[in-house]
Amino acid sequence: MTVRFYVPGDAGAVAVGADDVAAALAAAAQEGGQTVDIVRTGSRGLYWFEPMIEMATPQGRVAYGPVAAGEAASVLADALSGGGVHPRWLGRVDEIPWLKRQTRLTFARCGVVDPRSLADYQAHGGYEGLQRALSFGPAATIEEVVQSGLRGRGGAGFPTGIKWRTVAQTQAPQKYIVCNADEGDSGTFADRMIMEGDPFVLIEGMTIAGFAVGATKGYVYIRSEYPHAVAAMERALVAARRGGMLGPRIAGSNHAFDIEVRVGAGAYVCGEETSLLESIEGKRGVVRAKPPLPAHKGLFGRPTVINNVLSFASVPVILERGGAFYRDFGMGRSRGTMPIQLAGNIRHGGLFETAFGITLGELVDDIGGGTASGRPVRAVQVGGPLGAYFPRALFDTPFDYEAFAARDGLIGHGGIVVFDDSVDMAKQARFAMEFCKIESCGKCTPCRIGSTRGVEVIDRIIRDERRAENLAVLEDLCHTMKLGSLCALGGFTPYPVMSALTHFPEDFGTAPRRLEAAE
Amino acid sequence: MPARESGVYEPWNSDRASALIAGHSARDGALLPILHALQEVFGCVPEPAVPMVAQALNLSRAEVHGVVTFYHDFRREPPGRHVLKLCRAEACQAAGCDALAARAEARLGVPVGKTTPDGRVTVEAVYCLGLCATAPSAMLDGRVVGRLDAPRLDALLAEAQR
Repeated sequence: MTVRFYVPGDAGAVAVGADDVAAALAAAAQEGGQTVDIVRTGSRGLYWFEPMIEMATPQGRVAYGPVAAGEAASVLADALSGGGVHPRWLGRVDEIPWLKRQTRLTFARCGVVDPRSLADYQAHGGYEGLQRALSFGPAATIEEVVQSGLRGRGGAGFPTGIKWRTVAQTQAPQKYIVCNADEGDSGTFADRMIMEGDPFVLIEGMTIAGFAVGATKGYVYIRSEYPHAVAAMERALVAARRGGMLGPRIAGSNHAFDIEVRVGAGAYVCGEETSLLESIEGKRGVVRAKPPLPAHKGLFGRPTVINNVLSFASVPVILERGGAFYRDFGMGRSRGTMPIQLAGNIRHGGLFETAFGITLGELVDDIGGGTASGRPVRAVQVGGPLGAYFPRALFDTPFDYEAFAARDGLIGHGGIVVFDDSVDMAKQARFAMEFCKIESCGKCTPCRIGSTRGVEVIDRIIRDERRAENLAVLEDLCHTMKLGSLCALGGFTPYPVMSALTHFPEDFGTAPRRLEAAE
Repeated sequence: MPARESGVYEPWNSDRASALIAGHSARDGALLPILHALQEVFGCVPEPAVPMVAQALNLSRAEVHGVVTFYHDFRREPPGRHVLKLCRAEACQAAGCDALAARAEARLGVPVGKTTPDGRVTVEAVYCLGLCATAPSAMLDGRVVGRLDAPRLDALLAEAQR
């Protein structure tokens, strides 16, 4: 009898040997005369267990991890004899506490389904959202998204439904749906995981958007650093076209929609929506001034819905189960769930999707298990290179757009990077300026010149050259960048810089190193 | 996406370049796909290709030059035989990538951003490969590597220098 195994093909799992494990498993099965079917899924997001392999049983899937290629034969033997003896045995996947504590709406299928198979996607509830949208009609579809309270998951947090409504109400011969898959923030990988593990959910979300606003063409702009995601999306688009879910008559309806992948070229600033549009148009990724909003004049001057991967990927479940269902999760004005990414020096790093409202401390200490190095957590950067550094004293902050903003931070795309007590926060502040210098598109002077001056000023502070005066210059410079830049690159680089200075002044030589920090 | 060794890059050939340009020039916003296609074949965007692209897309040479030089990915010269990208962004910093980059520089004898004199290895910084929960990470000729430490880095360097 054929036994089915699941081995992740996710880049994060492949980076730690999943391909070798899959090959070793196949070889061991052949040697033992056992026929196996190895499905390459996405990752479940428990990266410290990767490569994590699963086997289908009548009672559900059971898992082993982390499995080295040399252990494949012994894992196979254990799995075929009922399991539970091998040291890598993790038991039933559904019972793993780290997964059980999550609320997986956007990531419900990631790590479960075969990302190459449209049929598997449909067998797991895929395209039910689109079917409901087609039966509701465009206006009611947009209303569901508005009711869900979904806000842009790329970081800006703008209500997705309002954006769609604006595009729907704008008359034009051609409209576009653009997916921002230029996930450049360090510490974030949720977009990559979805594209590699459940690409059809993104295609479905974009198709619903196209139907709702009257657009027939979509683009997914994926960064070149994600070759696995590019390949996975291309494969899925071919399968969706072949299955009639893209093309002149989507899902048998009278509506046309198709999607094309565009690959970026290593410019961080192209994650900013207007610069991304310029890049698709074949230009330098220089930001545009707003207004006009992309919803009025976007790609090629046409009304354009531009949303992050996670925003589109959340739409199918909202249509399938209703806006009210989604809205019932969360707190305040942050509704639904957020796929949070735990990264850096962390013991249990990975993808943790949960309702808004969980505290930063719970995420880092309880779920993340503290640092991988075993040293005390000193700082965490939330929201990528433009996000603030938070000390332990702010670990009671709930994961919520407004709560983070109230403490001069941002949740951004939901990435949390953990640092232990060996971190030098003046060096991190310097890096923030240096990164801005490397990646600035050059349009706004405060960003283009200010970042270079920022590196120099921080160097002087570190060298203790007229420290008090240079600190004043740095604060003034940050203020100018924040107010004088068109986009978040120049505008938010002051967040990591100023938060490092505010919360860790001892690293800038302006205060004695506190006991709290040493802990 | 340099997923192959430069040993298989083709020498400059204007007919080949014309065909690549023609293959994409009818698309909306064709410039980036064309530049990617050229680099895939030649290992870089060769200077003689710039006026050809400009002509095909009805752009000025300055506009094409501006795009080629704006994006970090596009090269003016082919890279070394192997390209090793080391992630230098925050999640990898938290996991110790700075020391690994210094080790790679010392072993190769060239700073990040350069190619070894024998043309075997180009070592570059990359700002995030999205492998942040298995940091530090690297990419050798399109192959991703996570949980990098000194022995694993040394093995990668040895492989690249072969």
